[in-house]
Amino acid sequence: MSFLDLKNVTKIYPNGTKAVHETSLSVDEGEFMVFVGPSGCGKSTLLRMVAGLEDITEGDINLDGKLINEVDPSERDVAMVFQNYALYPHMNVYNNLAYGLKNRGIDKETIEQKVNDAAKLLQISDYLQRKPSMLSGGQRQRVAMGRAIVRNPKIFLFDEPLSNLDAKLRIQMRIEIKKLQQKVGVTSIFVTHDQVEAMTLADRLAVINNGIIEQLGTPIEIYDNPKSLFVAGFIGSPQMNFLDGNIKNKTLSAEGFEIKDIDSDFEGEVKLGIRPEHLSQSENSLINLKVDLVEQLGSDNLVYGQLKNKKDFCYRCPGNQTIEKNSNLSLNIENNKYYIFDKSTGKRVN
Amino acid sequence: MKIKPLQIIAHIILILGVLLMVVPIWISFASSSHDSVTILTEGMKFHIGDQLARNYNEVLNEKGGWSEEVTAAKMFINSFIMALGIATLKVVISAMSAYALVYYRFKLAVPIFWLIFITLLVPLEVRIFPSYKIVSDLGLTNSYTGLILPLVASATATFFFRQFYKTIPDELLESAKLDGANAWSFFIDFLVPLSKTMIAAMFIFMFVYGYSQYLWPLIMTTAEEYWTVVMGMKIIYTESYEGVALPRTAERFAYIILSMIPPVLVVVFLQKWFIKGLIQTEK
Ligand SMILES: Nc1ncnc2c1ncn2[C@@H]1O[C@H](COP(=O)(O)OP(=O)(O)OP(=O)(O)O)[C@@H](O)[C@H]1O
Ligand SMILES: [Mg+2]
Repeated sequence: MSFLDLKNVTKIYPNGTKAVHETSLSVDEGEFMVFVGPSGCGKSTLLRMVAGLEDITEGDINLDGKLINEVDPSERDVAMVFQNYALYPHMNVYNNLAYGLKNRGIDKETIEQKVNDAAKLLQISDYLQRKPSMLSGGQRQRVAMGRAIVRNPKIFLFDEPLSNLDAKLRIQMRIEIKKLQQKVGVTSIFVTHDQVEAMTLADRLAVINNGIIEQLGTPIEIYDNPKSLFVAGFIGSPQMNFLDGNIKNKTLSAEGFEIKDIDSDFEGEVKLGIRPEHLSQSENSLINLKVDLVEQLGSDNLVYGQLKNKKDFCYRCPGNQTIEKNSNLSLNIENNKYYIFDKSTGKRVN
Repeated sequence: MKIKPLQIIAHIILILGVLLMVVPIWISFASSSHDSVTILTEGMKFHIGDQLARNYNEVLNEKGGWSEEVTAAKMFINSFIMALGIATLKVVISAMSAYALVYYRFKLAVPIFWLIFITLLVPLEVRIFPSYKIVSDLGLTNSYTGLILPLVASATATFFFRQFYKTIPDELLESAKLDGANAWSFFIDFLVPLSKTMIAAMFIFMFVYGYSQYLWPLIMTTAEEYWTVVMGMKIIYTESYEGVALPRTAERFAYIILSMIPPVLVVVFLQKWFIKGLIQTEK
């Protein structure tokens, strides 16, 4: 059994909303697991069940070899960082960090030692006497992290902790969280709907949709090998291009071109997925793109345009290529990196 | 700094308001420092006279009542104890029952809340006979317990605490839980400090309420040693009609001034909390 084990966990809220469907998942000790998915898919619910803040309707959760379904949150030895930080407004930073330790009856000197260590680690030593209302967003974020770290819990839970920060600080904190987790080595679950955050932080990633884990794996596995239409569309930025198509006798006819000898026995209506970065310009082209707009990111250019049948399409090329508006590009798929999904079920078929 | 006409008007209104509040008190105080005869013949005074110490000493220490056993000082102490007991218990009980109503999501929370709220419609004066019956059956007449107990339930304070607790975000409770707080420590470590201002305000209101009770102590007490200030006020006004002596007007003013001191002390003592809460809104 792994460190954290969810077995057929289901959550139905009292009003009848089924937020999580029979989800099974295991997280290894020291692993950084990320739950990613669109708003309302049940990420927070799943996390809160691990924390003990929501009852489990059905299924079992084991933490460190112990069934915790009925264990009170205060006894679970988990720490959580909330989206709005939930710092204790009437306590100064020191007491915010110390409160959890005091409740466990730890002696004063040890508390002071631990708080100071955590504060140093998070570079908040200078603010220990301040109230949370006198801190900036980033500093509050650190205090919230400090409060989690100082207790040395079995598991860290993060519920979109970066979404209240501005873009730059967000990236900075993201890197810090990752570094910190590696340094402290605590098992962590991080919830986000930002796929870049998910990709960069995760050791493993659970892509959740409608209360179901669609795919579980390392970020690269999921990026390279999405198992469903939803995952393919959700992971990757800019989004994967999808074209309608049809397979007959191992030949796929998409909108305006054909691919022969595909690696699938499937026959029928499909969606063809091509990532913008898996295309290159070449003579014997498959796809013709009429350029509408070029976004220059410096390192890359994002080229938005339309196919012959007016379908929107995106192509990503190195930033040193100059591409004119209204020009026509002939594009080819690199190394046969395309994905075919059954149109009716959304399942991958190649 | 430029002063705008509007500001001048605002200040004039405020100053008038202050005068309206302060002048009667000053007149009472000034008049309490004269001879009763002077007041009776010359009317109320604006300046301090020479009888200050004598009048106050007399009011505080002269024994009064039918059996000539109770002093005004004793009455002040009684009232103070009664008001303190009522205010403290009211605040404690209301804060705790509001806590139960908001944080323990049992089925009957809403009906129970309305039941508590309805008691606003039956103040003590309405239920005075049943209340008296119960207290006297319990053998609590002529005791501080009897003076305080029937007045400690408060729908108003419960309501205010409930509304306040409802504005406290759920995450605070959740993160306190994860930090190992139990029901009791959440109340003591979070709700009480967060509602400090509220507690101070409620305490002041309830203290004044308890201090100004008249009917209940009148019915409750037969022994003079439990008489309260407001009862004394009645006595000091009626007493002169019984005797042949002149009405003791100056002493009456002294009594009034003295009777204001306990509530003023409470306000002065609590205002630091009160104002801190008002200017420093804690997010
Ligand atoms: N207390 C509740 N009572 C009833 N339904 C709820 C409750 N909390 C959440 N839900 C519903 O459960 C579903 C999952 O909610 P959840 O908060 O887990 O979503 P989420 O993935 O965290 O979304 P977001 O990214 O917006 O935070 C949603 O459809 C939501 O409306
Ligand atoms: Mg959420």
